[in-house]
Amino acid sequence: MEVAIKAINLTKRYGNFTAVDHINFEVYYGEVFAFLGPNGAGKTTTIKMLTTVTRPSEGTAIVNGFDIIKQPAKVRESIGTVPQEYTADEDLTGWENLMLIAALYGIPKREAKERAAELLDMVELSYAADRKVETYSGGMRRRLEIAMGLINRPAILFLDEPTLGLDAQTRAAIWEYVYRLRRQYGTTIFMTTHYLEEADQYAERIAIIDHGKILAIGTPKELKEKVGGDVITIEVAGDVNTARKVIEGIDGVSGVAVNGNTIMFKVRNGSTAAPIILEALNKLSIRATSITIKEPTMDEVFLEYTGRRLRDEEGTSEDFMRFRRTISRARR
Amino acid sequence: MTSVVSRLHPLHGLWALTNRELAKWYKVPVILIISLIQPIVWLAFFGKSMNFAAMFTNGLNIPGLNIPKQVIDEIASEVLRANFGTTDYFSFLAVGMLSFITLFTSLQSGMSIVWDRRLGVLGKLLTTPVPRGNIVMAKVLNSMIRSLVQSSIVLIIAILLGMKLNPNLNPLDVLGAYAALALMSMGFASLFVTLALRSTSWESQMAIMNLLNMPLMFASNSFYPVKSMPWWLKPIAYVNPLTYVNDINRQLLLGVAGHSLLLDFTYLLTFAVIFSALGITLSWRFLSES
Ligand SMILES: Nc1ncnc2c1ncn2[C@@H]1O[C@H](COP(=O)(O)OP(=O)(O)OP(=O)(O)O)[C@@H](O)[C@H]1O
Ligand SMILES: [Mg+2]
Repeated sequence: MEVAIKAINLTKRYGNFTAVDHINFEVYYGEVFAFLGPNGAGKTTTIKMLTTVTRPSEGTAIVNGFDIIKQPAKVRESIGTVPQEYTADEDLTGWENLMLIAALYGIPKREAKERAAELLDMVELSYAADRKVETYSGGMRRRLEIAMGLINRPAILFLDEPTLGLDAQTRAAIWEYVYRLRRQYGTTIFMTTHYLEEADQYAERIAIIDHGKILAIGTPKELKEKVGGDVITIEVAGDVNTARKVIEGIDGVSGVAVNGNTIMFKVRNGSTAAPIILEALNKLSIRATSITIKEPTMDEVFLEYTGRRLRDEEGTSEDFMRFRRTISRARR
Repeated sequence: MTSVVSRLHPLHGLWALTNRELAKWYKVPVILIISLIQPIVWLAFFGKSMNFAAMFTNGLNIPGLNIPKQVIDEIASEVLRANFGTTDYFSFLAVGMLSFITLFTSLQSGMSIVWDRRLGVLGKLLTTPVPRGNIVMAKVLNSMIRSLVQSSIVLIIAILLGMKLNPNLNPLDVLGAYAALALMSMGFASLFVTLALRSTSWESQMAIMNLLNMPLMFASNSFYPVKSMPWWLKPIAYVNPLTYVNDINRQLLLGVAGHSLLLDFTYLLTFAVIFSALGITLSWRFLSES
């Protein structure tokens, strides 16, 4: 049993609108797997189905070896969740919230206390443990949510936009916790995000989802390679046209463009292609004065698959509003 | 890898969830005090002013007739006894106020599940292995405990204001009175939580609450006996659980005559069991999102 999550034609319809459309994917134990997609792509809906909060309209999924439709209780015992919105009871303290969730998992009191103390320590909230959650800042609440998602030492942890609306420093800290967790407990992590560089940097495999469909799955590197590999820019001293012919003759090179004495082209893997090209140029005594290799960004990958751009700057103000809404709704 | 151990018993999490609700309540005693104002105002203002006994004795002087005061007193107490079962309207009303506070407290449990849904707490609870029925029953249990505590306070205040208990009161009577209130709270709280299972609008819960509380109060024997009601109101009063609670509590606490206690309790028990069973059953289907 090495597949932690296996979605089989998983589908969710609301009326005649299909939020998640026959998706299939596998997540392996110990992996950090990310769903990357714009607003309304169906990320949260997928998580809600996988965590048994909402029933699929069609298809199913196996989570930790249990069917989400036939054995929801077993699934719930296997997982931890950090939903997109805040879920802590803000009339209670952080500590009380952790103890409540622990009791719902049937964790004995003594053990629950130990774990709660350890988790609060990990998310650096020990100092605020006895404060009502309504006095917490956004970052503190997120961290508490993460602690709440971990209290049952889940085999699989679901994180829905865990860093939404947080500043860069807190985001980095949260990723550090998540990785520490995986080191310590071997937790499998399924997360969603629409921060490109976050997916790129922290996820081992990414599924790009839009309009309820998975458009591509792979490691960040694979996805970038599929888009057409790296862009190499060479500046030559000598005959540019000869250099161009040489480069065009090399296997795997495409999209060659010349500008003055700079030549730009695409190759599948820049770092292995560069020495070959330099050697070929050298044989004809053409000297390269500079060379740069640029990997495609996730932004380009995203554009390639979805036909749209997903820029973080664009997201920010909207995220912020969403984040504000969550808080004000929570504050009544 | 964490192994999945089945160490969960069917009631697990019930007390933790109930305690969560109770904590909100005892941390903010103001809410308790505010909710006690209404029944106490009824008692102190209405109960003390609607002094039927005084109406007869103070200045009942019909010109041309010279009725001795003793006769008027006799007639007055017979009329009162025939209608209220006691000459002491204040004590009659005080018992009604116990079911009043219990009803109002129970009606609020629908609101609390709507808040849980809106604030995202419910979504989190649903991802844990807690049995769905326990989420509902925790609200009901909270409402029962709260009702009994509040009823006790109302009872104490009523006694201080002059409520006369049955002189032969024994602990079993008090226990019986509490049981009646608890059963009623269980039934109403289950009913209102069930109505709110799918709701996200606290306004509509509020509307249901306001729509039902007064009619339920007045279509019962809380303020006046069923006997004095118009014919069309009587059947409603006889299905209204409040009538049964008041009937039990007046017999047990005041020592007045009433209907069969066994039948009263059977009715309340049936009411409580049916609606809590309904709530638990429906929670498995309707608490989760569609
Ligand atoms: N309960 C619901 N009823 C109707 N439509 C819904 C419901 N929940 C979600 N949807 C719709 O399904 C689509 C997918 O929503 P979902 O929340 O899964 O998106 P997401 O990828 O998580 O987006 P975001 O990045 O904004 O969180 C959206 O168009 C949304 O409006
Ligand atoms: Mg979402």
